[in-house]
Amino acid sequence: MRSITIGGSTFSCQPGESVLETLLRENIQVPNGCRQGLCQACQMRSLDNSPPVSAQVGLKDTLQKQNYFLACICHPEQNMTVALPNHQGASINAVVIKKQLLTPDIVQLVLQYQTPFTFFAGQFVNLKRPDGLTRSYSIANIPTHENILEFHIRRLPNGQFSNWIYDELEVGAQLAISEAQGSCHYLPGRQEQPLMLIGTGSGLAPLYGIIADALAQDHSGPIHLFHGSRDLNGLYFIDEMRELAEKFGNFYYTPCLSGEDVESEHIRGRAHDVALSSTETLNGWRVFLCGHPEMINQTKKMAFMKGASMSDIYTDAFHIAQVEK
Amino acid sequence: MSDTQETGQTLYERIGGEAAVNAAVDIFYRKVLADYRINRFFDNTDMDQQIAKQKAFFTMAFGGPNNYSGQDMRNAHARLVKMGLNASHFDAVMEHLGATLNELNVPQELIAEAAAIAESTRNDVLGK
Repeated sequence: MRSITIGGSTFSCQPGESVLETLLRENIQVPNGCRQGLCQACQMRSLDNSPPVSAQVGLKDTLQKQNYFLACICHPEQNMTVALPNHQGASINAVVIKKQLLTPDIVQLVLQYQTPFTFFAGQFVNLKRPDGLTRSYSIANIPTHENILEFHIRRLPNGQFSNWIYDELEVGAQLAISEAQGSCHYLPGRQEQPLMLIGTGSGLAPLYGIIADALAQDHSGPIHLFHGSRDLNGLYFIDEMRELAEKFGNFYYTPCLSGEDVESEHIRGRAHDVALSSTETLNGWRVFLCGHPEMINQTKKMAFMKGASMSDIYTDAFHIAQVEK
Repeated sequence: MSDTQETGQTLYERIGGEAAVNAAVDIFYRKVLADYRINRFFDNTDMDQQIAKQKAFFTMAFGGPNNYSGQDMRNAHARLVKMGLNASHFDAVMEHLGATLNELNVPQELIAEAAAIAESTRNDVLGK
C-alpha cells in the first residue's frame, strides 16, 4: 500500500483509491470538481517523486515539469509527499550583493544564497523583509554556479516594499526568499519553434531570464522580444538587448514607447499592438507575456485568436498589492 | 444509433479520443470568442480554466468518460442563465460544435452522433 504525506501527516492510500479520495476520506480539504481529470480544480504538487504521467494529462508542460498533477486521477505508484498549489515551502535566506538603478524608476537587485535552491528563470519568489512584509518578484537570471538571483524592481508611488528597497535596503542585508513559483518559463524541446515575448516595464525581468535560458539551451527558432513602456523611464537594458541581438542571429529586439509626448528613436505604440501586427499568424508560436495584468489579459486573447494554441501561451501578471491602511 | 455500432468502438474512440478533443478545443473556443452573440458568456474568465471546461464539454459530446450529472450541468450554467442564456445561445454553440468537427474532417455520421449527445443536455444547461 502506498502512503501519502501532506503537511507532516501521512495517510495510506487504499487499493484503487486516488490521492484525492484518500485525502478527502481523511478530512483534508482539497478543492475539486469533475473528479475525472478535466476541470483541474484538484491540482496538487508532488514534493519528492515524479507523479504518474497519467495524472498530469492536460496540465501545462511547465507545471508537469514541476511535478504538478491532478489528485482525482492520481493512483500513486510509489509513496508521495504532496502539497496544494498555494503551499509555501520553507524559505531560505539570501544576502543583497548588488543594488543598482537601471532607470530612475527601476532598480536591479542581486541576491546571493547559500542553501541549495532550484528555479527556472522567469519564475517568481516572495521576498520577505524582517518585519514580515512580503512581495512577489520575478527572477531575471538563469541558475549559475554563483548562486545568485537577479530582480528588477519598479518603484511604485505608494509601494511600501519597493520604496523600502529603494531607500533603505543596503548591500549586505538579508532577505528571506520563498520557493520559486509560477509556470511562465522556458522548457527545452521544440527548439525550432518561433518565440514571441511581450513585456511592459519591469516585465522585462522574467523575459530577460527566459531569453537567456532559451539561448543557453540552443533554441534555434526566431526569438522576438517586444519591450514596451509609456516613457523612457520604463525602458532599460536597451544596450544589453541590442548586443544580444548582434551576438545571436535568431534574437530580435523591438523597444516600444506608447506615450504621446515622447521624442525618441524607438517604435511608437503599445508593445503588444506592435508585436501582434508584426506577424500574420501566431499558429505554432510559443508566446510569453509579462507585466501589466490588463495588457496580459487582452494580449492572451489576441494571441490565441491569432492562432497560438492556449497551451503555448505563458503569462506572468504583475498584480500590485493593495496598500494597507 | 448505438455507441458501439459496427466497429465495436465507442464514439469517443472512433472520433480519435483525447487527441481529437485537444485538436477541437482551440478551434471551437476561437469560434466562440469571435461570435458576438455568445462571447459575453465566455469572457471575463480565466482562459486556461475555460479551455479545461471546453475539454470536458468535448469529451462529453464525444461520449467519452465523464461523470457529469444533469444537476452538475444545471449548477455549472446557473450563473449564465441569470445572465440571459437562452435557446438561441445554445443553438450558436451547437453551430460551432458542428463547424469545428467539419473543419477537422470528422465524418458526418460521427458529427451527428456528437451533436445528438450535446443536444441532450439542452434542458439542463438552460435550467428548464
